[in-house]
Amino acid sequence: MLNFFGTIALWCALAFSVIQSIPPIIGHFRNSKRLLAAARPAAYGQFFSVLCAYILLTTAFITSDFSIAYVGMNSHPLLPFMYRLTAVWGGHEGSILLWILLVNIWTVIFTLFERNNALLPLTTAILGVVNFCFLLFLIFTSNPFLPADRLLTGSDLNPLLQDPGFVIHPPMLYTGYVGFAVAFAITQAALLRNEVNQAWAFVTRRYALAAWCFLTFGIMLGSWWAYRVLGWGGFWFWDPVENASLLPWLAGTALIHVLLITEKRGAVKSWAVLLAIISFALSLLGTFLVRSGVLISAHTFASDPSRGVFLLILLAIIFTISLALFLSHLQSLQAPKSAAFGIISRESGLLINSGLLIIAMLTILLGTIYPLIIDALQMEPISVGAPYFNMVMTPLLFILMTVMGIGPLCKWQQQSINILLKKLLKNAAISIIAAIALLFGVTNSLSISAVISLTLSIFIIMSLYGSFRIKPGMFFAHLGFAVLIIGILLSSLLNQELEVKLKPGTSAHLGPYQFFFVDLSIANGSNYRGVRTTFDVMKEKRKVAVLQPEKRIYFVRDMVMSKVDIHPSIFRDLYISLGEPLDDNAWSVRIYYKPFIRWIWAGSVIMIFGGILSIIGYNNGRRS
Amino acid sequence: MNKVQKRRLTYVIFFLVGLGAAASLIFYALNQNLNAFVTPSQLAERNINKDYQIRLGGMVKKGSIKRNPDSLQVEFIVTDLKKDITVTYNGILPDLFHEEKGVIAQGKMNAHGTFAASQILAKHDENYMPKNVYQEMRKNNA
Repeated sequence: MLNFFGTIALWCALAFSVIQSIPPIIGHFRNSKRLLAAARPAAYGQFFSVLCAYILLTTAFITSDFSIAYVGMNSHPLLPFMYRLTAVWGGHEGSILLWILLVNIWTVIFTLFERNNALLPLTTAILGVVNFCFLLFLIFTSNPFLPADRLLTGSDLNPLLQDPGFVIHPPMLYTGYVGFAVAFAITQAALLRNEVNQAWAFVTRRYALAAWCFLTFGIMLGSWWAYRVLGWGGFWFWDPVENASLLPWLAGTALIHVLLITEKRGAVKSWAVLLAIISFALSLLGTFLVRSGVLISAHTFASDPSRGVFLLILLAIIFTISLALFLSHLQSLQAPKSAAFGIISRESGLLINSGLLIIAMLTILLGTIYPLIIDALQMEPISVGAPYFNMVMTPLLFILMTVMGIGPLCKWQQQSINILLKKLLKNAAISIIAAIALLFGVTNSLSISAVISLTLSIFIIMSLYGSFRIKPGMFFAHLGFAVLIIGILLSSLLNQELEVKLKPGTSAHLGPYQFFFVDLSIANGSNYRGVRTTFDVMKEKRKVAVLQPEKRIYFVRDMVMSKVDIHPSIFRDLYISLGEPLDDNAWSVRIYYKPFIRWIWAGSVIMIFGGILSIIGYNNGRRS
Repeated sequence: MNKVQKRRLTYVIFFLVGLGAAASLIFYALNQNLNAFVTPSQLAERNINKDYQIRLGGMVKKGSIKRNPDSLQVEFIVTDLKKDITVTYNGILPDLFHEEKGVIAQGKMNAHGTFAASQILAKHDENYMPKNVYQEMRKNNA
């Protein structure tokens, strides 16, 4: 029953998406208000249908309705309730349904907030086109409501995904991706109506900022999940799937900065439009890379080639049409004479950084798809190692951070060099001295790259002096970025790790800490069997923490998983991950002492807070 | 050419020069950090530079895992069903490391003709194997 109604709901949604997109686009060319007016009610209809489909699928998971193949593939009667809700998007089909639902939610929000915007009907129509394509994709290549051909007892959710961090990571990431669809749709609508102007930049920037906040949050949750679940103590692995989420983030960051120039000064419209297109294209590419199974990665979920091909064709069509539209309207994107600016100005700073962000994006894109290119050329398969990314990103990051420390000090249009130099000299001197003193105080050693990154982080913070009241959004976003870099730097610099063989009753030393292996006990869950070990962590004969890492076997998939245990604090994490059981009760154990690692996520949270402040600033109309 | 066009041209030239410099650095870095996937047979056939990092892919041979009782030193055989290569590793093996399952060892050949791994990968997907390794194994199995 559920599958029947689910499929009907999807077909209804498809019908509504046609009404939402085709009449308004015809209406635009025929100048018919009535046809244009079809967009909004159809969008509500589509939202309602997709919501129904989503609720039906969730119901199927809650009631363990294994007559639906997708539920059988991704759930199990023993799966805890919370993970049944998240298992809805744990597989390919459900995650595409979630994607579509999120586009609908964004569309509804847009129609509610921009009721008086002349761009509304066309924007809604373009979002309808995007959804039409994705609904086709869903119904014909990956319908989550297909009945099972034989009754399965369920093959469970991948144990790695059974984690609280993963409950909200994919929806946040997707909300971010999809938010760029809104920015893209407004931009296309503005191009069609020849209204790429400051008002357009104002509206687009607000949605791009919201998308950026969600994307930042999603990436942050992903890295937090990797840190807690994968058991390698790392927070970023340059895995193709991680890169796929970083690409739209970099383009989106460039977009919100360039839109600021367009909004305030009416300049560089064409670059802003192009960035809006690129951000959305990269969001699609991200979905494609994760969902197509073309990349050898830690988490390629799907491996049906027809899906990958469909997504790739979709990507090519959307990108070609939007680029054609952009190029044909290039003439109308001329900046007015009054928008001219000098080489040393706020505009230049923002532009240079957007260029650097795009170069960074391209280098990561190259490293990510290089194995695919080599494979397509029928050469021997290769993989691109993490050192590549670290090697090329470090110098780029240094240049980016330098400009980040100078830009906020410049005025719009033209900045006097003498005043700027004076400020810069002061800031640079203070940051170098502070960085060297801090590094020497904390680590007793000075490496060149450490000094440079800490200096630049402080240099960025110095440049924010005085901007707290005027530009709180930028203040927090830049501050958060500096904190993030400090976290990455110090956690990798001061990190200590140890792999040892331990028996109950023995101990190991790491840094100022001593780890006592106390005992072993059985810890079974509803869908796994496990062993729990207890470690007492001592510092100078004082007990600091008790850590209980576990080893589990999830019986449905016959998969072994380590559950790490972490004792977090502002300045350091203590982290234990169990290896394998060896002879007579001994275990191989991996212990990490990770100073400042929390700063990475704290920095991200501060950045998101900055983004939210900027959006609030818009809503209050303070920054007109 | 008027002033505006001249300035634009300067920007474009700056951008292109920057892009060119970045591109050459990037390709240099890329070539330094490529890891080739090879199977034990390919490794035996070819003379691969001893200093070269490689990724050896194959299956862990049944009953070949030997552990040192006092340390985390471990030794096992990677096979593509035609040739075998002994791999040595010091450290903790990943959760998905099993006999008769796919594995990738990253490291170098050493003087004794064994493969000294610095990293062992057994990816989260239990059926994971590089494409050429998989094809090679199917050929050998047939």
